[in-house]
Amino acid sequence: MADLQSGGDVSVSLQGVNKTFASGVVALDGFNLDLRPGEFVSLLGPSGCGKSTALRLIAGLMEPTRGTVSWSGSGKPGDRHGSGRHGEIGFVFQEPTLMPWATVAGNINLPLSLRRIDGGKATERVAAALRQVGLDGFELAYPRELSGGMKMRVSIARALVTEPALLLMDEPFAALDEVTRFKLNDDLIALWRAVKRTVVFVTHSVFESVYLSERIVVMTSRPGRVFTEFKTDAPYPRDRHFRTSADYAALCRQVSEALADATSKGAGA
Amino acid sequence: MNGEPVEAAMPARNRAEAALRLLLPIVVLALGVLVWDLIVRLREIPPYVLPGPGLVFRTLVADWGLLFDSLLVTLKTTLQGFLLAVAGGVGLAVLFNQSRLIEYSFYPYAVILQVTPIVAIAPLLLVWLPQEAAVLACAWIVAFFPVLANTTLGLNSVDHNLADLFRLYGASRWQVLRRLKLPAALPYILGGLKIAGGLSLIGAVVAEMAASSAGAGSGLAYRIAESGYRLNIPRMFAALVLLSLAGIVIYFALALFSHLLLRRWHESAIARDM
Repeated sequence: MADLQSGGDVSVSLQGVNKTFASGVVALDGFNLDLRPGEFVSLLGPSGCGKSTALRLIAGLMEPTRGTVSWSGSGKPGDRHGSGRHGEIGFVFQEPTLMPWATVAGNINLPLSLRRIDGGKATERVAAALRQVGLDGFELAYPRELSGGMKMRVSIARALVTEPALLLMDEPFAALDEVTRFKLNDDLIALWRAVKRTVVFVTHSVFESVYLSERIVVMTSRPGRVFTEFKTDAPYPRDRHFRTSADYAALCRQVSEALADATSKGAGA
Repeated sequence: MNGEPVEAAMPARNRAEAALRLLLPIVVLALGVLVWDLIVRLREIPPYVLPGPGLVFRTLVADWGLLFDSLLVTLKTTLQGFLLAVAGGVGLAVLFNQSRLIEYSFYPYAVILQVTPIVAIAPLLLVWLPQEAAVLACAWIVAFFPVLANTTLGLNSVDHNLADLFRLYGASRWQVLRRLKLPAALPYILGGLKIAGGLSLIGAVVAEMAASSAGAGSGLAYRIAESGYRLNIPRMFAALVLLSLAGIVIYFALALFSHLLLRRWHESAIARDM
């Protein structure tokens, strides 16, 4: 059985990736991205720019039409397609994507039970994951009894329960109200600082990407490729003071302009 | 930000609503029986055309031994046909879901079996099979298709992201079926069962009718046919009442079963405050 405690030093590299769907739509073309261990990266771009496709390629849920997606580090080297990836990745979808027939604990336990990790060890991990997202005491609740924000927390706990090296998040907070989103943004930063996993966060919100990330990758659409990227060295923990600071505003303006350029360029191409 | 889980409350309004739902059909029934009785009395309709409700009830009591035995025969066939339909319908749907080739090969024949009127097949089955087996086969044929169709729909209605998640964690085919597809299909399967319960009774009745024309049988439908030949219309009505009651009980039993299985999680089984 693969060891789930894979540590944080997996890096992923996408080189010259093209993804063309059967319908003829070119989602990504000439897409290059290197993920460094432990960093927080946002993929920022307009809807339909292939952000989600890039995430699915990294997760191995899709294969690139051309180009390579390669892994290195303490993960299982050379094992791109096999089971080696399964313990390395946690995926959070835009919807909470919970099993409505299972309790909160049952949902979080899913990745463990699919790998036949049962008993006390699993229970402990589920409890720990629930604590991390601030939902202890909700083990026996059903998803329908929870608010949208709480469901998303369960979804994040499920992604964390295998202690993955890489956490992929596909616009996880897009459907939530602003108050909840800000709170989850802060909690996500705290979580990331605590566990030091690599996080790839897909969003179409400039403000969210600037607030959360160390690195912001701006993408063009049709076909999706990297337009430019920004680094921010604003110190963590970031809080509402950062949200109202001049640095934050300035960076948001820069990124917004880049996004506007990328969008017009993409549409014109 | 820990919000409280929303507890499904049961305020007085809901209770009044529930009482109304129970009471109104009973009032309608009472009115119907009253009108029926009045028409029979006022127009002096002879009992061999239309017996009054009182006479039907007296016949039901007087012929109870005979009718109850017939009811048991019909119910046994219905239950067996139903269980076989559930096993066959769910089993075939799972098989079809696992293999496209099998689905393409056999699904059309399942449809053909369904669209061919059972009344037309029953006499043939009675020629080929012993009477009891033929009746059972009819109950099965009528009842299995809704289970098959609904289960197929349910198995194909799995949330794509959840399916991706299972793939991401390297779930086996069996795990996907047992942990994802079957639970996701459960509300659909239960919907199929509700239809199949009534249909297996219909299938059993149709086959008993066909068998009775050959003078064989002992079920309720046979009693109805037999009473018709003998112009014992009150007994015919009494048997009919029992048959309807059986159908109602089957429906509510399955509805209750479905509710108990789904009440914690499925929208269809959750009472909402308006």
